[in-house]
Amino acid sequence: MNSPGGSPSATPPPAASTPELPEIAVVGINHNSAPVDLRECLAFSDQEGRDTLLALKAYPEIREIMVISTCNRVEVLFTAYDPEKAIRFIKSYIAETKSVPEFRFEEALYTYRGDEAVRHLFRVAASLDSMVMGEPQILGQVKSAYKTAVDTKGTGVILNRMLHKAFSVAKRIRSETGIGDRAVSISYAAVELARKIFGQLENKAVLLVGAGEMAELAVEHLNRSRATGPLYVANRTFSVGVDLANRFDGKAISFEEIGETLKSADIIISSTGAADYVITKSQIRPVMRQRRHRPLFFIDIAVPRDIDPAINRIDNAYVYDIDDLQDVIEENIESRKSESIKAERIIDEAVVRFGQWYESLDAVPTIKDLRGKLSAIADAELKKTLHSMDHLSQEDVKALERMNEAIIKKMLHDPMRFLKNPGLHRDKSLYIDLTRKIFNLEEE
Amino acid sequence: MNLTLLPVIGLYLAGSAGYAGFLFLQREVYNRSAYLLLLTGFLLHTLLMGVDYVRAGALPVQNLHETLWFAGWILAGVFLVLWWRLQLKILGVFAAPLITLLAAAAFFVPDTAVSLESDLASLWLVFHVVIIFIGEACLALACCTGILYLIQERNIKGKKHRFFFRRLPSLELLDSSGYTFVAIGFTALTIGLITGFIYAEVEWGRFWSGNPKEIWSAITWLIYAALLHERIVSGRRGRRAAILAIIGFAVMLFTFLGVNFLLEGHHNEFTRW
Repeated sequence: MNSPGGSPSATPPPAASTPELPEIAVVGINHNSAPVDLRECLAFSDQEGRDTLLALKAYPEIREIMVISTCNRVEVLFTAYDPEKAIRFIKSYIAETKSVPEFRFEEALYTYRGDEAVRHLFRVAASLDSMVMGEPQILGQVKSAYKTAVDTKGTGVILNRMLHKAFSVAKRIRSETGIGDRAVSISYAAVELARKIFGQLENKAVLLVGAGEMAELAVEHLNRSRATGPLYVANRTFSVGVDLANRFDGKAISFEEIGETLKSADIIISSTGAADYVITKSQIRPVMRQRRHRPLFFIDIAVPRDIDPAINRIDNAYVYDIDDLQDVIEENIESRKSESIKAERIIDEAVVRFGQWYESLDAVPTIKDLRGKLSAIADAELKKTLHSMDHLSQEDVKALERMNEAIIKKMLHDPMRFLKNPGLHRDKSLYIDLTRKIFNLEEE
Repeated sequence: MNLTLLPVIGLYLAGSAGYAGFLFLQREVYNRSAYLLLLTGFLLHTLLMGVDYVRAGALPVQNLHETLWFAGWILAGVFLVLWWRLQLKILGVFAAPLITLLAAAAFFVPDTAVSLESDLASLWLVFHVVIIFIGEACLALACCTGILYLIQERNIKGKKHRFFFRRLPSLELLDSSGYTFVAIGFTALTIGLITGFIYAEVEWGRFWSGNPKEIWSAITWLIYAALLHERIVSGRRGRRAAILAIIGFAVMLFTFLGVNFLLEGHHNEFTRW
């Protein structure tokens, strides 16, 4: 029994052997710290990720846990009273299940604790830590990793709050900085350009010349950007063209029909293996008249090139080859880097705010806040009552005030004892968070 | 110098600054406040115009000062109205300084009293002046979008994807907005010229006196007619249309100011100072 007897005074009970709050920590590898072959070795499949989560969760030292595994990173995020011990356990678990000796990944492993771990997660979710900075997939990957963790009851108050903050910070960074709004992949850059030419892509007809993998990727991208117009596929081997056309609800045409189709097509994506130009400038001039000078956009991803670059000199015709698109991408990557400075500032702010919340999870500040709230209510009510009771003497008023104080102290006695020590192996932060919520002690 | 113009000019200037902020920082709030500033400026401007109209008992376009002030008012009005129709935020970046420039020029040009040769209280003439100015404001905006089109086309063709590429809208939007401006402007110009001829017939007993003002007006009209003809008959668009819109506006500016300064003809009192 470590309670302060019957006296409801504020003197704290002797501290329990465990520290007040579990510490947040992350351990992992990413594209910077480890080469691809090592990342491959350690990466978890969805099922493995789930199993790892359950196995590590069973380890008593770990309170909350979540596992992120993508092609560029493997990370274990957790809270523990003794992070050192937990990290040792995680390492040995990974070494065992992945049959990789610990010394092989020891060097590549990074660990962050406390605020640094929070910052790391925020940076990952906001795509600041990605190989291609600002790429949008990572947020979805973190979200699905979080969902898995929630489904398996791996997370608790701290990680839940931290992940939700990470998502809102990522969203804020996306909308307030230009980090994500520039194309850094060939097909995305092509779509962005098409938008700058046509405005909207709805009802724009697409002609594929050559049915390669790149062409397919570009079409997928266009479809996602709501290019809903007809699709034509021209391929030397007609049957291959038919296959691709069928997959995207398009129409296969023969190579000889290209000239005719140019009258109605708006976006031409060319990727044949031909040694010479497939579409020449002299071919386009009459076409432009026939199509009443509506713009034509050629995307030439073939090497050697399929589209005569001189076509770019014709009014309302635009030609981009693979090098042009590559240049666009490189320029965009540069500008993303400068936008990241703004993003880091937003993250700094969020880390500080999260830190304040985390500190408040402690029993002492929570009790202080709770007492403050109750006193304020009691004082206000007392004042209201006294307002209509002029006959009371100074002494009577003092007595009433003392009574108020005593009530608050006694009322708080049991909750305080409980919050300071909810019992062995119980998650104190959960109860503190609940208390803060019930009494609405959050000030945000 | 008339100090009552200053609040209007100040509001226009603030609006221009707001649009400049929008251009660089790309925050919607700048765009909105710039529009509101221009709108407030325009309302104040309208009030002052009304006072002038009542005091003079005629349309206040009797000297260069008043003409510029009036042109600024019309341009602001046309911009504010058409802004609603077209999703062309970036246009404000160019239109607002132009409006400010006209208003500021009016401020610095002395407001000297002029003996009138024409009867500016005549309804035909008021209609003629107002509709011509509306047409010219539209054509000025068409010139702006033409310039923007050429900049953006250059970015795309030249594969330069810097500042303006990101901030300017699609070629399609610039082109179709330019077309709208020219179509409205040309219609207004045509009506304005017809009313002018009718006024000439009524006052002077002849439609056409062959003086430079009339000849240059006809040239302006023909340029825009050619632009629209190409567009409607063969679908010509883009670069050629943009260049014609710019040339047309340059010729129109010459008709408006140059002819009065350099050549002889009626309409001179418009620009006298």
